[in-house]
Order: sequence, then structure tokens, then C-alpha cells
Amino acid sequence: MKRLQTKPAPGSLEDLFNEIDPCGEISLPTNVGVDRRTFLKISGAASAGLVLAFGLGEQVTATSSESHAELNAYVRISPDGSVFIYSKNPEIGQGVKTSMPMIIAEELDANWNDVNVEQAPIDTALFGRQNAGGSRSIATNWDTLRRAGATVRSMLVQAAANQWGVPVIECTTENSRIFHSKTERNTSYGDLANEAAKLPVPSEDALQLKNRSDYKLLGKRITGVDNHAVVTGQPLFGIDQTLPGMLFAVYEKCPAVGGKVISANLDEIRKLPGVVHAFVLEGNGNRLELKPGVAIVANSTWNAFQAKKELKVNWDESDASRDNWNDLVKRGLALKDQAPTETLFDVGDVDEALQRSKKSVESLYSFPLIAHATLEPQNCTGWYRDGAIELWAPTQSPGRGLTSVANTLGIEEDKVTVNQTRAGGGFGRRLVNDPMCEVAAISKQANAPVKLQWTREDDMTHDFYRVGGFHSFKGGIDSSGRLACWHDHFITFSEDGKKPVIGGGFRQPSYEFPAQLLSNFRLNQSLLPLRTACGLWRAPASNSTAWAVQCFLHELAVTADRDHLEFLLEVIGEPRWLPPNDIYGLNTGRAATVIKLAAEKGGWGKKLPAGRGLGLAFHFSHAGHFAEVAEVSVSESKKLIVHNVTVAADIGPVINSSGAENQCQGSVIDGLSAMMYQQIEVDNGRIQQLNFHNYPVLRIADAPTVDVHFVQGGSHPPTGAGEPALPPLAPAVCNAIYSATGHRVRTLPLLKDGFSM
Amino acid sequence: MDIRLTINGKSHVAKNVEESTPLLWVLRDTLGLVGTKFGCGVAQCGACTVHLDGAPIRSCVTPAASAIGKEIRTIEGLANKDGTLHALQQAWIDLDVPQCGYCQAGQIMSAAALLERNPNPSDTDIDDAMSGNYCRCGTYIRIRAAIHTAAGQLTNQRGQS
Repeated sequence: MKRLQTKPAPGSLEDLFNEIDPCGEISLPTNVGVDRRTFLKISGAASAGLVLAFGLGEQVTATSSESHAELNAYVRISPDGSVFIYSKNPEIGQGVKTSMPMIIAEELDANWNDVNVEQAPIDTALFGRQNAGGSRSIATNWDTLRRAGATVRSMLVQAAANQWGVPVIECTTENSRIFHSKTERNTSYGDLANEAAKLPVPSEDALQLKNRSDYKLLGKRITGVDNHAVVTGQPLFGIDQTLPGMLFAVYEKCPAVGGKVISANLDEIRKLPGVVHAFVLEGNGNRLELKPGVAIVANSTWNAFQAKKELKVNWDESDASRDNWNDLVKRGLALKDQAPTETLFDVGDVDEALQRSKKSVESLYSFPLIAHATLEPQNCTGWYRDGAIELWAPTQSPGRGLTSVANTLGIEEDKVTVNQTRAGGGFGRRLVNDPMCEVAAISKQANAPVKLQWTREDDMTHDFYRVGGFHSFKGGIDSSGRLACWHDHFITFSEDGKKPVIGGGFRQPSYEFPAQLLSNFRLNQSLLPLRTACGLWRAPASNSTAWAVQCFLHELAVTADRDHLEFLLEVIGEPRWLPPNDIYGLNTGRAATVIKLAAEKGGWGKKLPAGRGLGLAFHFSHAGHFAEVAEVSVSESKKLIVHNVTVAADIGPVINSSGAENQCQGSVIDGLSAMMYQQIEVDNGRIQQLNFHNYPVLRIADAPTVDVHFVQGGSHPPTGAGEPALPPLAPAVCNAIYSATGHRVRTLPLLKDGFSM
Repeated sequence: MDIRLTINGKSHVAKNVEESTPLLWVLRDTLGLVGTKFGCGVAQCGACTVHLDGAPIRSCVTPAASAIGKEIRTIEGLANKDGTLHALQQAWIDLDVPQCGYCQAGQIMSAAALLERNPNPSDTDIDDAMSGNYCRCGTYIRIRAAIHTAAGQLTNQRGQS
């Protein structure tokens, strides 16, 4: 089994990808730090009641002052019955601020109406990794959160049993109350909070976790804990933060990545209305942190924006990107006919199998760079004073951001405090914390609290893009109509000439569908140079690979004159786990179940009028098995209507049915936007798309209905829903377009192929 | 210049504002009403939608000075006079519409303007009225459903009163 990745530099984007990606070289065990887990009980703390802090190690025990530990508690029960739960990971719209506390509340038997959820501070020693990435929040915290809830419940029950002089085993709990039915007594958690706080913390072995069949809260539809604040316009987001005496900053960087500032009309800028400071920052040589640029600090966002329009910078572009997308596409297409530079995975004899095949197909699929375009443009608020900095950051990786800021300012990490705010979308963009580093440097230089605000144009042109690329496929069908062999020459991009850019390569080539399912399979790779910054976009690699692979599989089914559903199920084969033989490995039984479910619910095989068709696709990623069936109509003039998408998913037991369904519905819409409209083009190193007029997002009129079905009742652990629903969408729709019209889409976005919506 | 604005029924003076400043930034930076959001700055995404004399407008391209003497309503002022939530806000919570939530103030303001002129909108009416509001997370299906729910709720309330 060949692994491509060498150990990445600490702090690099690749290092982060490894941390959040299950196929990563240093992927962590499913239950992070569970063996080293420590619950701390804090009694006599500022607010009375039972407070349980959770930590990963000795450091917590040794250093926590009572007030500190109280702040970092997972769970606190007040004498008035309120249950406070900290949610440790960033909330970017994926719903973890609701779903993670639900897991604690379930084992605690708390009444959900008593629960108040607060965003946890950033403290890796206490909370472990605090990331939103890789759809891993639920899977990696499932056991920890359940035990946290069960520990609190156990102590409350013990307190009640002691008070009543009855055996613990005779006590039951429900809705934040403890009952002893024999003596018809009951009491509230709040009434017992102080007594429970005096008891020892039970050992892990003594905890009784619930059977799934006894769940009362998990699996229900629970509305998001911040929804009231959202619909009343409360200051939740990074952009909403204000500080006394705060100034407003913008930061202009070279439009071609790698450019440096020679000079700028700073004197003119300083004279403009509201401008307080204008200065050049050299950058720290790490484009994930601080690129060179010009900062303008003003008394309002608008005055800063206006001054930025007047800014004239003389850039040194001697070492800047000169990327040209059209040129790169030509070079990529030329490479397909040349010998590949690498073989990533090879089983059987593909060339011989192709020769023996009764029928064969060759196809080239190409896909573009795309941007994240979070609706809240990048921003951060920071206040540097007395050698330390505090930041208010909408970020997906606050811990990494903290390290990056310390690195940028050249101060120790204990001089950096990060407050995580709600983020107006993430999609992978906010795994990079360049806005945090920029505001840190600007606040230090301006000697004032500063809110840095990127314009939409800044956001669009200084992203870390989903890389484009090409799959040149060959496949063969044997005399019995079965898939005999598969060859993919994958052409992607590299910055260093050695390995693919982040998000542009296969994490584990031998796990790629259908590598593990065929006896003749070869995956080759060739690299083209690229300077444009690339990064992680929702369901990295899967978001493009699934489209190409699942469309080509349909091409082969058509070539074999077989029904796509039957052909796909035949390739999937008998139920079994495939390497790595755990939840991060493809389980063909789970795959077949969701494929059949999507087909049944999506009306597979039904008669449709001319110009209307169904399409099917399956993809496994982020431990989630997803199949989707799209129903579309296509007019003579290539106007596309997506009527309905059926999603069938197996992510284990669903924590919040409303939240998980919302993620699936949203993934379909997001997938349609990217498939239909989105591409980033670059010319002379400059990004050509600037705002939504030339980088559109799907509008409400074009949104299909989406039916979501979760396979429930199995024994698998729960896994994430934020990403794995997206990859099957584009191939399901493109396969449906073929069924409706006979036209095979092999280039994204569809806009380039003459389609409209 | 100082600008006197009537926002959510109250008079505010925004001091020392450049004449060109869009209403969005006066609301957010000068008056601290941050419920109205910045998304694109060019009236493409609808995150900045507020009401001007009852009509939904994009505050990122509307000079604050042009709102002098008019009634401005923002998400902070949408709730009912008795303090209960507007039927749309309640439906948004009941149907768990938001994901990241960033666009939702603008969505709700566009929807409120729609229901004021069309108490019982069809799907097509909704699509037309909401076409200027992006949801990057893709909550359109729930937005449609929540508008129907709120419309039904408001119709019932009117029937009872």
C-alpha cells in the first residue's frame, strides 16, 4: 500500500489536513485521549452547584485554579436547575453547538429546556482538538460526551440515594429529576447540585451508558440553540464584534500571490476622510499567516473601504504567480496522451484486461478551481496591548490560529487569547487563519483595538481554492457485461513539483472507489506546476473525484447495456468491510443498502416523458455512505430543471434529525451551485472572479425538493453529516442529464457546457 | 455630517458620517445595529436587506442620507410590539431554518415585506420575492416552508382578531 504523503511541516495546511482527515498519516484514534481522560470536580467555586470540568491530562490537574477550571467546565448544574453545557468546537453552520450538547444531555437525562449552551474557550489542554473539519466532531467526541453526561447523572443519583437512604439502583432519572418510585419521592437536579458536588467523581468503569433504544433526545428534531439569536439579529458572528475605541481596517495584498510591496501612496491615503493609519506590513514569509501588504486603519468600515479604492501600490512581482488557467487546461489536456509520471496504485493487469475486453470506453473529465465564498467575508477583531493579544475570530481551527498569531507576532502562545465566534459559513476556508494574523499585526502597529474586514473582492481573490484537474479514464467490459478493468490517469497540480497541492491529491489511493473492488485497476498521476493558493473545500478531493468516477461508471454501464443500479450493485459486491476495516473504510453492505434505498425512494425505473430523466450516484467519504438519485428535465436549449433529489445516507445513529437533514439538503444546494455555475479563472496570477456577479450561488427558484432518508437501527457509531452528502450530487445530476438527453457532461461547471437554469 | 434616521420607530442621530456612507455601515458601525449583514457590497446577495418605508432594499448600496425622513425597519425591530416574535421569526425557529445563519436576517426581512403585500404567497411568489437573497448554506427548502407556515399563522391571527 503506497502512501504519498511525507510528514508535513507542523502548522502547514497539509499537517492540518492530516489531523482532520481519517486517511491522514497521523490520524488520531477515534476517541481522542479517552484513556488519559480526567474529570475534575470543582466545589466551592464562584457559583454554587455541581461543576464538572473535563480534561485530557495531568496539566489540568496541576494548574487549574478553581475559577479557571470552572470556566472550562463541560457541565455545570446550578441550584436553580439550570444546566450549562460548553460546546467545544467552532460552529460554522454544521450544527455542532446543538448536536454535541444533545449527547451530554441524553446521558444526563436533562430536560432539554433546562439546557443552556455556551461556546467553550480555546484550551487544548482541557478540550483536546477544537476544530471544525473533516466532519469529525461527532465521531471523535461521541464517547467522551456520553461519559461526561453519564458522570454528572451518576453523581446526582448518588446524592439522592444518600439523602433518601435508598439504594442507587432503585433510583431513576427523567427530565432533570430523580425518582424513587417505591417511596414515591422525587427531586430536581438543581436541588441536589450542591450535595452532588461533595461526592467523589465515579470511575469510568462504574458508569452505565444508555442503550440506544432508551434514547429520548437523540434522534429527535431539535432546533439550533442559537436560532433565536439568529432571527433577532443578535451579535453572534465575527463581523459583529465591537470593542471600546475600536478602529476599522482593510488590508490590500498583491493580486498575484507572491508579490511584495515596493511602495504605496500612503501620504495621500492618510489624508482621506476618516483614515487614522496607513502602513506597509512586510509579511512573515508564510502565506497561511501574513502575506505582505498595505493596511489602512480608519474610523469606520466604509471609510476604510473608500480609502482602499484610492490606494495605489507598486508591487514587486518578480517572484509572483503568473498562472494562466487557459494555458494550464491546454497543458493538462496534452498530458493525458503522455506517459504518467507516477503510479499510485496498481492491481492485476489493466492493459491486458483492456485488450481482452469486449467493449471499452475512454473519457476525459475536467473540473475547475472553485472558491469557498462564505457569505460572511473573512474578518477578525483583535486587541494587542502590553505584549499580549486577544482575538475574536470566526475560525474553523482556533487552536491553530492561536499558534499562527503567536508565530506572526513573535510572542509566546500564552500571550494569545482566542475567543471563537459563530462563523458565517466555513466550507474549509476558515481552516486557514490569515485574517487572524493580519489583524494581530495591524492592531500591534496601530496600537489600538481593530476590526479587520475583507471586502467580498478580497475574499474571492485571496482564497485557498479547491484545485481543478483532469481524470483521463479507460474502462473495459467483459463478454458477460461485467466491469473488467479501470484505468485513471489523474492530472493534478503541484506547487513544489513533487506532491499534489493540498486537496488536489488522493489521500489514500488504494482506498479510492472502485480500487478495492476490481481485480484490474490502475491509478496514475501526473503533475502540473501551479502557484495559485489551494486549500480544503467541503469534502476535499471527494467533491471532484466522486463526480468523475461516478459519471464514468455510468458511462460503462451504458456501454455494457446494463441498468445503472444493477451494474453499480454488482461492482459493490457482497457485504464486507474494506481496508482500513473500520468506520473510515467502505462497507459494501452499508453501501448497497443506501444505493437500494435511494433507488426505491427516488422512483428508479419509473417511466418518464422525453427530456426527463433519473440519475444515480454513490460515494463514501468522512465515514458516511451516501447514495443520491436526481430527477431532472432538460429543454432543447439546455435549460436544466432539477426537480428532486433523493438522499439515502448511513451515518450511524442520527443525533439531531433536523440538523442532519439540513446538512443533506444544504449539501445538495451547495453541490448544485458548484456544478452549475462556479469556476475560478486566473490570468497572469490574478483571480478573474471578483464578486457574485461572476461567481454566482444558486438562488431559491432553482432549488429542488430534497428527500432525505437515514438508515437507522444498526450498531455503528454516529459519524458526521457536514460533508459526505455533497460528493454524490453532481454525478447524480449529470447522469440524470444523460438519461434525459443522451448528452454526457464531462466538463464543469455546466455553464461552460451551454447549460442554464 | 450628522444624519437623523428613524429606525424601528425610534429617532437616531448618526454623527460624523461621510455623505456617501451606505445605510448598512451607518446601522452597523455608527449605531451598533449589527443584525443587518455585509455580504457583497454590490446588491447581489441580499444579506443587508432592510425595509425602507415598507419596501425591501439593499442597504449596502443605499446611501444613508437618502433614508432621511423615511421609516427604516431592521431585523432588530421586526418582533411584535408586545415583544413576541414576528410569525416569520417563530417559523424560522420552529422549522430550524438556519445553518450558519448569516443570511437569515436578510431572508426574513425580504419575506416580511412579501407577506405584507401578499398574505398568502404561492411557491412562485416566494421564489420571485426571495430571488435577491443568497443562502450559501442552502436552506432554501426550509425558507420556503417557513414562509408558508408564517403566512398560515398570520392568516389565523387575523381571522381571530
